[in-house]
Amino acid sequence: MTLKIHQDHSRFKQIVRGKIKANLRKYVQKGEMIGKRGKDAISIPIPFIDIPRFKYGHKEQGGVGQGEGEVGQQLGPGAVEPGEGHQAGQGEGDHALEVDITLDELAQILGEELALPNIERRHNEKLVTQKIRYTGINTTGPESLRHFKRTFKQALRRQIAAGTYDPGRPVIIPTREDRRYRSYKLQDLPETNAVIIYMMDVSGSMGDEQKEIVRIESFWLDTWLRHQYKGLESRYIIHDAVAREVDRDTFFHTRESGGTMISSAYKLCRDIILADYPKSAWNIYPFHFSDGDNWSADDTRQCIDMLRNDVLPNVNQFAYGQVESPYGSGQFIKDLREAVGDSPHVALSEIADKDAIYASIKDFLGKGR
Amino acid sequence: MPKSLTPRLAALRDEIHGYAKEFGLDFFDTVFEMVSYDEMNMVAAYGGFPTRYPHWRWGMEYEQLAKGYEYGLSKIYELVINNDPCYAYLMESNPEVDQKLVMAHVYGHCDFFKNNFSFRHTNRRMIDEMANHATRVRRWVDKIGVEKVEDFIDRTLSLENLIDQHSPHIRRNPDPRRAEDELKANERVEGFKVGREYMRGYINPSEFLDSQRKKVEDEKQRAKKFPERPQRDVLLFLLEEAPLEPWESDILAILREEAHYFAPQGQTKIMNEGWASYWHSTIMTRRALKDDELIDYADHHSGTMGTRPGAINPYKLGIELWRDIEERWNKGRFGKEWDECDDLRARRNWDKKLGAGREKIFEVRKHYNDITFIDTFLTAEFAMEQKLFVYGFNEKRNSWEILDREFRKVKNKLLQGLTNFGQPIIEVVDGNHENRGELLLAHKHDGQDLKGDYARETLRNLQSLWRRPVCLVTRYDNKSVLLRFDGTNHTEKKVEL
Repeated sequence: MTLKIHQDHSRFKQIVRGKIKANLRKYVQKGEMIGKRGKDAISIPIPFIDIPRFKYGHKEQGGVGQGEGEVGQQLGPGAVEPGEGHQAGQGEGDHALEVDITLDELAQILGEELALPNIERRHNEKLVTQKIRYTGINTTGPESLRHFKRTFKQALRRQIAAGTYDPGRPVIIPTREDRRYRSYKLQDLPETNAVIIYMMDVSGSMGDEQKEIVRIESFWLDTWLRHQYKGLESRYIIHDAVAREVDRDTFFHTRESGGTMISSAYKLCRDIILADYPKSAWNIYPFHFSDGDNWSADDTRQCIDMLRNDVLPNVNQFAYGQVESPYGSGQFIKDLREAVGDSPHVALSEIADKDAIYASIKDFLGKGR
Repeated sequence: MPKSLTPRLAALRDEIHGYAKEFGLDFFDTVFEMVSYDEMNMVAAYGGFPTRYPHWRWGMEYEQLAKGYEYGLSKIYELVINNDPCYAYLMESNPEVDQKLVMAHVYGHCDFFKNNFSFRHTNRRMIDEMANHATRVRRWVDKIGVEKVEDFIDRTLSLENLIDQHSPHIRRNPDPRRAEDELKANERVEGFKVGREYMRGYINPSEFLDSQRKKVEDEKQRAKKFPERPQRDVLLFLLEEAPLEPWESDILAILREEAHYFAPQGQTKIMNEGWASYWHSTIMTRRALKDDELIDYADHHSGTMGTRPGAINPYKLGIELWRDIEERWNKGRFGKEWDECDDLRARRNWDKKLGAGREKIFEVRKHYNDITFIDTFLTAEFAMEQKLFVYGFNEKRNSWEILDREFRKVKNKLLQGLTNFGQPIIEVVDGNHENRGELLLAHKHDGQDLKGDYARETLRNLQSLWRRPVCLVTRYDNKSVLLRFDGTNHTEKKVEL
């Protein structure tokens, strides 16, 4: 049932959406919303949408309260509602408004603001999964799937045909033969599975600030790709001189101190792809973040070889984000640019600070691959 | 859609109705309807009405209510509309004892709506009126476009509190007195009628005639000013004088009408909620409550009466004050003798067995509003018993704290918060300021400064209605300041007034 208020509600949501859109750059930098993430919605604090009035400054006002306490005693936090005068329920607060927005909607806003192209799917036709849909009717089946309405209809039909139905006393008793059951049919559904393989350098030169940037950026990448693909998997690889696969939490909170051998990560990435994600069935997105400081030129050469031969042919897009850090030399992105920079399957981005996340998202997702 | 009551609830309603009548409550017919929780939230978001004009702010309200309910933080028990017949809503999912309590509470409100003087001017067909407003606004939306109409409503709502909150009536048509005054002003001064010519010099001495002429002259001067006297109802002034499009003045009139309709509820919040609580408590505990419902009732009742240090709960303050009045008039604790008695023991045992309490509270509910109610009946003893205090913000400690428990200060603070609905008093002083067609408003400063950013934004909205520059005289840090917005820039200058 629809209520009249839903019109006003959706108008309100439109306004909220406009506010989010206008402030998107701020949200992208801050990442304050990431912590409040639910399953498929997040709540975002937006400035309270208020209608300005002539009114008293709140702290000017004070008021009358009720209860125990000596003069001079502090009222506990939250005892005085911000902005509330004496009219309970009438107060317009200064507090921020928390609005829920689905990740899908957020992705849409992101897409509109950054003018992101929809992703060209690689495997649209080939990849098919079968889905069970209960759309048929059968004369046999488990009792739990019995279709009561159809069963009684059948019984009624039989009784009328047999002349045993009395409209004055409409009693219908289904027999064993009348029973009808729901049955399933298999439907082919085009599959759009995708996997993101996050790789991050956790060597000593990557500080907390750098990791925070990666965390925020990955949230937006996740959001966008999830919007584009129904089933999205994420894998996480951390590396210093050696690479290992970890869970999401470890990914963002590990700090090692060793040197950096990027090739170790690419190797693991390649192995994961080969083992779990056949090219024919998956859209694959490796993202690698580092401060651009590799151990040796030799290792870099190894990385490029691996990219060319094993990674790039299998993935939709390989993305490398270089986070600026005071310790890194930032050489790696130059080497990459030189070697594979003109491949359509490579996206490179330099992220100087949080402000740059916004532009970098566009670097990564702007190609529509 | 709202449903009528189940037979079981209808029987309960008849029972409670009987008790209410027995206690002498006098109300319009009251129609109860059953709603689901989201219908309840919708109606509450609409300010109690089933239909309002389209606006996003109801949607915002609804979202907050719906969230509060879904997270189990808040729940609306009762909604009642001042209308004839009164409409009240019951939530389907509430247990029976709650429904009884709500019904008893609602009859209290209905009695108050019907009898309190503040509500006399309110439209008792407001449900229909609101629906008509909705239709009118929707029609303008179709004609003018949703963006323009919504934008205008936003700007007008920003001025919504600039009505004469305490006016006991609403002026719906332009003042006919103005034309009359003009006629009078043009009369020639002839003095009193004189029967015998030789008496003329005695009956109308020349000084008297001169003073009369001067009076007429002043009157003319004043009439040239515009408005003649400072006008509290800024919306009315705009409605009559601002260069508005027909659709704009129609919407402005609608919003003003609705603001005036809701004003009395703001002015009688403590009395009204207190009165309804007094009656639900009386009806439930003396008549309607069954033994096995007692705990649930007590739980619910005490939830409604709960207080926290930083706010006044109108339900609690109201019910206690009503009970106090009843007791005082039952025991004769009023009048000269009582006031002059300073023997504590005598005061404590004072009981003249007057038994006039019930009669007194029925009388009070007719002739008072929150301000006069508190002013007249809030006594020092009561303030102490209820542990009332004044709190304020301590800048040094960056926290709110208890400032004072002295009776005078508590009472003054309470009254100050109620005056003009806790809103600053702002009047139109001049519609042709500096002879340039600018609008001049004045804030009657009472010790509290206006919120600066809000004031500037509001001026901006006002300017968009008035079209010409607008000014507001107020005080900041004890200095008179004139805020002006000319359509593009805000300026601020010191003034001497």
